[in-house]
Amino acid sequence: MTQPALLALEDGATWPGIAFGAMGTTTGEIVFNTSLTGYQEILTDPSYHGQIITLTQPHIGNTGCNPEDDESGRVWAAGFVVRSLSPVVSNWRATQSLPDYLAERGVVGITEVDTRALVRHIRTYGAMRAALSSEITDAAELVAVARAARDMNGLDLVREVTCAEPYHWTEAADWWQPDGERLSVIGNRYHVVAYDFGIKRNMLRLLAGKGCRITVVPATTPAADVLAMNPDGIFLSNGPGDPAACTYAVTAVRELLGQKPIFGICLGHQILGLALGASTYKLKFGHRGGNQPVQVVAHGRVQISSHNHGFAVDALTLPDGALNSHINLNDTCCEGIDAPNYRAFSVQYHPESSPGPHDSDELFDKFVDLMEGEIGD
Amino acid sequence: MGGLYHLKGKTVPKRTDIYSILIIGSGPIVIGQACEFDYSGVQACKVLRREGYRVVLVNSNPATIMTDPDVADATYVEPLTPDLVEKIIEIEKPDALLPTVGGQTGLNLSVQLAESGILAKHGVQLIGADLTAIRLAEDRSKFKQAMMAAGVPVPVSYFVYSVEEAWTAVADIGFPALIRASFTLGGTGGGIAETPDEFEAIVAHGLRSSPVGEVLIERSLLGWKEYELEVMRDRADNFVVVCSIENVDPMGVHTGDSITVAPAYTLTDKEYQHLRDLAKWVMQAVGVETGGSNVQFAVNPANGEVIVIEMNPRVSRSSALASKATGFPIAKIAALLAVGYTLDEIPNDITRVTPVSFEPSIDYCVVKIPRWNFEKFPGVDARLGPQMKSVGEVMAIGRTFPEALNKAIRGLEIGAPGFSCLLAEKATPDALRVPTAQRLWNVAMGLGNGHTATDIAAETGFDPWFVAQLQEILEVEKALQTCQVSEDLTGLLRRAKRKGFSDAVIAHALGVTETAVRLRRKELGIVPAYYRVDTCAAEFEAHTPYLYSTYESDCEANPSERPKVMILGGGPNRIGQGIEFDYCCVQACWALGELGYETIMVNCNPETVSTDYDTADRLYFEPLTLEDVLNIVDLEQPDGVIVQFGGQTPINLTAGLAAAGVPIWGTPPDSIHLAEDRGRFGDLLRALEIDHPQWGMAQSQEEALAIVKRVGYPVLVRPSFVLGGRAMAIAYDDASLLAFLAEAARVSPGNPVLIDQFIEDAFEVDVDAVSDGEDVVIAGVMQHIEEAGVHSGDSACVLPPYKISLYHLSIIRDYTEKLGLALQVRGLMNVQFAIKDDVVYVIEVNPRASRTVPFVSKATGVPIAKIAAQVQAGKTLAELNFRETPEVDGFFVKEAVLPFNKLPGADPRLSPEMRSTGEVMGHAARFGHAFAKSQLAAGTSLPTEGSVLITVNDYDKGAAMKIARDLHRMGFKLYATAGTAVALGHAGLPVEVVQKAGQPGKTTVDVIKNGEIQLLINTPLGQQAHADQSAMYAAAIRHNVPLITTLSAAQAAVNGIRALREKDFQVRSLQAHHAGNR
Repeated sequence: MTQPALLALEDGATWPGIAFGAMGTTTGEIVFNTSLTGYQEILTDPSYHGQIITLTQPHIGNTGCNPEDDESGRVWAAGFVVRSLSPVVSNWRATQSLPDYLAERGVVGITEVDTRALVRHIRTYGAMRAALSSEITDAAELVAVARAARDMNGLDLVREVTCAEPYHWTEAADWWQPDGERLSVIGNRYHVVAYDFGIKRNMLRLLAGKGCRITVVPATTPAADVLAMNPDGIFLSNGPGDPAACTYAVTAVRELLGQKPIFGICLGHQILGLALGASTYKLKFGHRGGNQPVQVVAHGRVQISSHNHGFAVDALTLPDGALNSHINLNDTCCEGIDAPNYRAFSVQYHPESSPGPHDSDELFDKFVDLMEGEIGD
Repeated sequence: MGGLYHLKGKTVPKRTDIYSILIIGSGPIVIGQACEFDYSGVQACKVLRREGYRVVLVNSNPATIMTDPDVADATYVEPLTPDLVEKIIEIEKPDALLPTVGGQTGLNLSVQLAESGILAKHGVQLIGADLTAIRLAEDRSKFKQAMMAAGVPVPVSYFVYSVEEAWTAVADIGFPALIRASFTLGGTGGGIAETPDEFEAIVAHGLRSSPVGEVLIERSLLGWKEYELEVMRDRADNFVVVCSIENVDPMGVHTGDSITVAPAYTLTDKEYQHLRDLAKWVMQAVGVETGGSNVQFAVNPANGEVIVIEMNPRVSRSSALASKATGFPIAKIAALLAVGYTLDEIPNDITRVTPVSFEPSIDYCVVKIPRWNFEKFPGVDARLGPQMKSVGEVMAIGRTFPEALNKAIRGLEIGAPGFSCLLAEKATPDALRVPTAQRLWNVAMGLGNGHTATDIAAETGFDPWFVAQLQEILEVEKALQTCQVSEDLTGLLRRAKRKGFSDAVIAHALGVTETAVRLRRKELGIVPAYYRVDTCAAEFEAHTPYLYSTYESDCEANPSERPKVMILGGGPNRIGQGIEFDYCCVQACWALGELGYETIMVNCNPETVSTDYDTADRLYFEPLTLEDVLNIVDLEQPDGVIVQFGGQTPINLTAGLAAAGVPIWGTPPDSIHLAEDRGRFGDLLRALEIDHPQWGMAQSQEEALAIVKRVGYPVLVRPSFVLGGRAMAIAYDDASLLAFLAEAARVSPGNPVLIDQFIEDAFEVDVDAVSDGEDVVIAGVMQHIEEAGVHSGDSACVLPPYKISLYHLSIIRDYTEKLGLALQVRGLMNVQFAIKDDVVYVIEVNPRASRTVPFVSKATGVPIAKIAAQVQAGKTLAELNFRETPEVDGFFVKEAVLPFNKLPGADPRLSPEMRSTGEVMGHAARFGHAFAKSQLAAGTSLPTEGSVLITVNDYDKGAAMKIARDLHRMGFKLYATAGTAVALGHAGLPVEVVQKAGQPGKTTVDVIKNGEIQLLINTPLGQQAHADQSAMYAAAIRHNVPLITTLSAAQAAVNGIRALREKDFQVRSLQAHHAGNR
């Protein structure tokens, strides 16, 4: 159980550790997340496709894994780097240990890594390519592997994570309740077409919980096809990679603007921004965590929010009529757009939480209100 | 401040309609309320003054930093009663009162002031919490109703008055059920019923025990996991969780007595966010508009069900812990919120670029372990439960739980070097199920003896995750025990150090010396890195050097090249070593900072001001062991290390530090050793021709008896190398001597026992002085109120001395000066004298800061700790213009505060073993008023009329006569037991005779219970309290009747009563007092 493993970055830095999960070699962009809880949700969030994740919380795996906390049908993270993997599983909902869960899903992990040193390295030198291996123990060799990995910039990863065919979503969920109590579908008053750029299940659950019947469509679905489904609202999901590479989606959204209420989250927010004519840029090391202060311009209150983004919309490039509606108080980054004339709005962060705080539930109500206006017309 | 761009162009958000703010402190250190409120109060005072407000402070505790006259604009060291605070309000006319930083005491007093109309009358508004919210949070039934209305789950409970009603109630609640009889003491008449049979029996007993026939039936949450969230809310309804805390001990143990960790480790995100939502709803439902609160939860490990247990609408012990654990200063921010700021308007001190409207993320583990002093209280129930019993706590930071836990254990300074098989020696045979101070040691023993982790988790209720972590520590220890010292140990040593092992545990496992381990691992490059506490898990750069050691690779300490001095703190509070030493350390930081030194603080007590990252330039939150301190010295290379301010803790490290070549500032280490070595010290006193009690050192019973033959009974017996008079006692005969020898051998095994001639009926005097090696200046001479035989820490004392002749004073001066020069003291020294007849004896010398330094500083207005620090940095007393003993205007009385009401069953008679947890100060122009104030501040309200029960031993009967006569003349009715009554009768005093407890007729206990007497004077007979005496003490403590156990204290009380009858208390701020004095 003490197979050594090695993490190498493209700039030559390496960290030794001990392998867990699947054995093998993997590459990806190294990023860090500061959430204290929610590793299972993070691992299964499609936005992490192609990324090797390290968590700043040293103790990982304590509560094992369970079927309810998956945010998609698989683990998307390319690799997992932790400081101290739990020797046991302790939670009443757990059905599997984290190493077994990752092994079963073919994901390579490494523990006993000085993750703070790694995070400070990423903070200083930015997100970069990395390789993680339980097979290659030679530092120079693994650095070469990292350098040979594909570059994330300009890469369209959405096509790799989106669904192949449209499907309907019916499962709703209250925020998690003890004894596995779950809300059944409240109703189907609104029909939402949701673009799957890498959608997290909790977005769908929350929409369903607000009375939405949802048709999830592949990322490349043309606008006309969406409108043909006669939705009351259009939802743009989160997803991985560079938004500028998703030209098909930007085109579709541009055509949909003004036709139906639109709500975007994360990559969906960036695509809405691009469709409105704004530009996006890559952050040095991104926002990934569950503690970020976002000020809602409309009422001035601060919401503690869950983040996972490496790109952002440049607020200065927003056209007239599109407001920078949410501001990250840490770095003033644009965290939301409101284009009332188009009945379109979006946030860069994750109001669906999972993991993260539930402070921003109001955004789902806002979407529902816009759709209610639509139906009333 | 790039991130705070949104503040630009905004008008100042703080309130400008208030100018001055009253802050109420928490009073003396008691169990449940310790220095954490000095930390929170100091933060509030500092930040409010920085914002331009005038701060008026009242606190009866002179040992605090907050009562340093530099901290507030007007500082009142006065009893915390509504009457006296109203007098302060009349003088200072504050606009507002901040009730939330002075613990439960401050909050209760604020509520009293508001409810009695005093605040309204003087136009003082409450800020930071309104009365309705406080009442709602504090009233259990109102709180429950409000929570149920808000959809927050609370434990279901019913009051019932018959067994039938109880059956109905339990049908709803289910088993196990908690039964509590109303208005009984210490949980009598209650229990937990698992079955219907048990239930009926406990309810029936409860109904009989309750004086009102009322029993509470509540759902039992025993064994559930316990969590706490530290939260803040501002007036704009912004809400943040500063820290989650998980208790290792499950429900049933007071959180102050639990081992706790931060952050919570055994919750999934779904469960954690559920707690977060509930905490937010609780804050909204209670209506806490601004400030910090904590919300406590119980979580059923079987199905995740959550119940909210309670909330506190104020800063607390856990908020201090959370502040230290995260770097997020809750009290400081709460004060800013109270004057109108919102969270997004306040910058984070550590990152500088981000606001505090965020939730800290931590990339390390924090462990807190309470420190208990049960050994000082034989007879007290040492099981842990709903009443907090610990007197202090240690906190440690490591990257992982094992690392932090091991650091915390060695930081406790109880001779346990870590979680190890060595702890089995300290284990008790208690079942793991029973929570005690030893439970963690019992777990070590259990795991070592082959109990499975599953068994241990089931027995203790510890989450299996914690037990697994503990088991991993022991596995590494086992690997060390079985390895060959000759093989390459690099990997194993590194693994052990990463688990937090001390060199001592490794040395024991390998069978080598600690020094050998240290040298070997340094050769191998296994040295700690120092990581920063930065609130943000490294997402942003940290500008504050708040550091902890960890065996990682990427040291962030970044030491400077400036001239620097390291100050060693006092570690966890314990009886005998508390806040007084933190006061000295903080003063030293300030003084040395003013001299241009970079100050480096090392301490591991999360309650203190010294561990505020704002106090010293650099803070190392580390255990105070030789290993940990040397590691920091290796890195920082300080110009000097100051050891004389942190109490006995740094003193005990001095020899080791000096041997390692560390530059110790101040008094030479050899002098420190000399003062502790009775043989060398005795030689010095003889050489200086200073009188001292005859003494001897015994390694055996025979030697002890031989010494007694030489010096004569009574003798003072004590183990060497202990603190606070541990196991110290007076022996009057061979039998008691031998009994004490056995106890001393147990407490300090292998060390000799000191036997001193005990000088009966002597006055004791404490002297604090400062020396620069050339001059010795006495800062204060304090006369003890209680006679010799009561530990100086438990005795009241008065400054200036009021009953000592100039002749004796001049001898005291002479001896102090001789000793200071002979010991080459540089800095502080404390000398204890006993005066009997014409002879002045030196009892002991401590070449370090003493417990009375803050008291002397407050009384004289001279910051002697500061002066001492400057002297250690090379200044002379002449340069500092401290040339002679300051004159003191009026009288300052220090009174000790004892924990008997928190520890039922303890013997309340004062003895050579120190047991007080805190102190208060009373000052006035006359001794009587000053003494009465000190009593009032300590919770004893001296009566001005009524009745007094006097029951004294034969020896004291003569002296008791004068006291009784004085009381009689002032109109008091006298009660006495038979023997005392006869003596008083001879003097012609009218006395009503009462029987001893347990005898037929009206007894001492009856008159206490019936409220017939307002004062009890009892001098005990013999060593062991008799059953009747114990019953009388218990009744007095329970009914809060002032109890005086020495005649000298009784005489002082009579003076106080007389003064009070003539004139009411006056109040005066320290600033006004000392200004008037110059």
